[in-house]
Amino acid sequence: MQENIILAGVGGQGILSIAYVVDNAALDAGLQFKQAEVHGMSQRGGAVQSHLRYSDQPIHSDLIPLGRADMVLSVEPLEVLRYWHYLAPDGWVVTSVTPYVNIPDYPPIDDLLEELATFANLVLVDAGQVARAAGNMRAQNMVVLGAASNQIELTEDQLLKHVETLFLRKGEKVVEVNRRAFSFGRAVGGFYRGLNDRGVGPLEALALCRRLDPASIDPVHAEAWASFAAAEPNKLREILAGDGAIACDQVTALA
Amino acid sequence: MQRQLLLGDEAVGLGAVHAGLSGVYGYPGTPSTEIFEFVERYAKKVGNIHAFWSTNEKVAYEEALGMSWAGKRALVCMKHVGLNVAADAFMNSAITGTNGGLVVAVADDPGMHSSQNEQDSRYYAQFALIPCLEPHDQQECYDMMFDAFELSEALSTPVMIRLVTRIAHSRSAVVTVPEPRAQNDLEPNRDIKKWTLLPSNARVQYQHLTEKQPELLRQAEESRYNTLTLVGKKGVIVCGLAANYFYENVADDHDLSVLTLRHYPLPTAKIRTLVEHVDELLVLEDGYPLVESTIRGLFGLQNVTVKGRMTGELPRTGELNPDLVRSALGLAPLDTAREPQESIAGRPPSLCTGCPHTDTFKALNEALDTFDNPQVFSDIGCYTLAALPPLEAIHSCVAMGASIGMAAGAAHAGYSPAVAAIGDSTFSHGGITPLLSAVQQGVNLNVIVVDNSTVGMTGTQRSMSTGQTLDQIVLGTGIDPAHMRIIEPLPKNHDANVQVIREELSYQGPSVIIARRACLEAIKRHKVS
Ligand code: SF4
Repeated sequence: MQENIILAGVGGQGILSIAYVVDNAALDAGLQFKQAEVHGMSQRGGAVQSHLRYSDQPIHSDLIPLGRADMVLSVEPLEVLRYWHYLAPDGWVVTSVTPYVNIPDYPPIDDLLEELATFANLVLVDAGQVARAAGNMRAQNMVVLGAASNQIELTEDQLLKHVETLFLRKGEKVVEVNRRAFSFGRAVGGFYRGLNDRGVGPLEALALCRRLDPASIDPVHAEAWASFAAAEPNKLREILAGDGAIACDQVTALA
Repeated sequence: MQRQLLLGDEAVGLGAVHAGLSGVYGYPGTPSTEIFEFVERYAKKVGNIHAFWSTNEKVAYEEALGMSWAGKRALVCMKHVGLNVAADAFMNSAITGTNGGLVVAVADDPGMHSSQNEQDSRYYAQFALIPCLEPHDQQECYDMMFDAFELSEALSTPVMIRLVTRIAHSRSAVVTVPEPRAQNDLEPNRDIKKWTLLPSNARVQYQHLTEKQPELLRQAEESRYNTLTLVGKKGVIVCGLAANYFYENVADDHDLSVLTLRHYPLPTAKIRTLVEHVDELLVLEDGYPLVESTIRGLFGLQNVTVKGRMTGELPRTGELNPDLVRSALGLAPLDTAREPQESIAGRPPSLCTGCPHTDTFKALNEALDTFDNPQVFSDIGCYTLAALPPLEAIHSCVAMGASIGMAAGAAHAGYSPAVAAIGDSTFSHGGITPLLSAVQQGVNLNVIVVDNSTVGMTGTQRSMSTGQTLDQIVLGTGIDPAHMRIIEPLPKNHDANVQVIREELSYQGPSVIIARRACLEAIKRHKVS
């Protein structure tokens, strides 16, 4: 077993916090790991990345070779493009779609999403929206980690334990917000995949996730929503165009 | 067995502590900063280790040498260009030799992630005639510290640990010893001639150093870090962490003959054995082609083709990585999900929103707008980012403190206005002496010290000359107190600040403007005001 993940984002978005959680979970699991990170100048709002590898066998390179990444896990949609050539042909993209615009030539977000939608192994999550629902916009990193956690070979408990140790010194409230961000993210990620696996297109699945109350999202409802989307495409469009958060389990009433 | 999760830098720090360290010295600089910081945190918890940032690398080195003189083990850490600053003390400490173990950990930055060059510190070790150890992973960062201190005390020379960014800032699990070694006792070395490098003594000491060289060589030949495996007619020399990129790419049953090189001076006999065995030799090293050029010599080898950075198999400049090594080994690239995205909006680093430097440089830009294409000499720190759009306010960055000296030189040549912009910590590091020089010469220049109360870029370490200390130092150069002005860079003070700068620009003589407002990161982290 070997898992190679490129963590991507913008300096200040908490890439190293994600790395901390995964590193420690891997350490607990008795695995080997290496994780190369960026310090210094780029941390000031520049593009940052971390190469994270763990395995039950010795790992040689601190950097992931081109074509050996199993996942690009990004807290920012544009940043995926910078590293997608590291991905193995069947690699995963798990990314927030909440843009971090601190440059004048940021591309139109819709074009960006369309590019991302061309990946088959994909999870798109509106980390900004989910983090807000969890109680703090700064927790977007934990949302994305949660969303990716379904795809990586460490258990929810192993990861959550270190979400706690990471934020412990900041107090119980911060721990709670980040735990919630992780759990919401995990549910949204699972739900998104549930939709996508049952034929709901990537952007439609994202739109639906955004219409639902993040706190209510549960992957068990993915099947029902997918059938609803297939059976009632017009009704779904109406729902997507409306506003006000919908509870995920309302699908039973709709169907 | 305890496994700890450590950066390469941190593993160096912990290794030093467990090897009986009594003092750590340094000046912050990416990618070396975390070595010191790790020991500093440890010292805060456990005590009994001196850990206080120095004003610059030269001072740090001399303090470490003093600790060594007293018989205790000292670690001095810096980035590669920091060793240029410390070079005087460094070179001469090889001549004096040491007493307690003295290890200099230098973190090079191939690829210049956060530096103005990618110089290779192995040349410095070679130049000073001292051993150099080059760890290839985090465990070795830890383990080698024990060896380095042992070597230093056995040979009575400083020993270099050479890191590169990719190991300094990469994390892995490290197994540590159950019982740390005790610190040395206070046992000063009173061999006065050894420490007093009058020419008559220095000649003797230098002779000693050269006489130690066969022993250094023998140790490198026998070192467990330099291993030779002879198999096929193609050979590879893998230096330091290049080994990781090599083993990442080759299959377990490869038939290449391999020499791993992590303990210098170059083990000549081992290299000769390899060279005589192969017809083709690839040299993999991160940094300059030191080993490659040495092996090739001026005229090349007769029966062996040597390949590497000098022959195009690997790029001459930049950081090594597994992909470059793969291609140098002649292996086809792996399949990837996508081709690299060609045109992607860059996201360069920038000053934090609300950073005091932004207000300072906005005011400076406006004050200078009556001049045609004015030049602002500057320095190294967060404010170097003011070179980038939208501010584009500074136009040089060369070496710590160079802004003031260069502005003075430009003024000597008749250039006006000669403006230098430098941070408070950079000022204490390398700006005081050129300012003293300029003031004493009465040079017509304007120095702006952006005093944000901290070393911002490397993570808000303590600055030595901020606030009142800074004011006193500036006044102490003999400057006319009327031309030391203090402004507070805030948007609401913009017009007033522009006015102050304009007044000083029109003054014919040395002036210093201190733009004082704390770094936002420092406020967040240390609650300073
Ligand atoms: S860290 Fe401090 S000095 Fe550096 S850009 Fe941010 S606010 Fe400015």
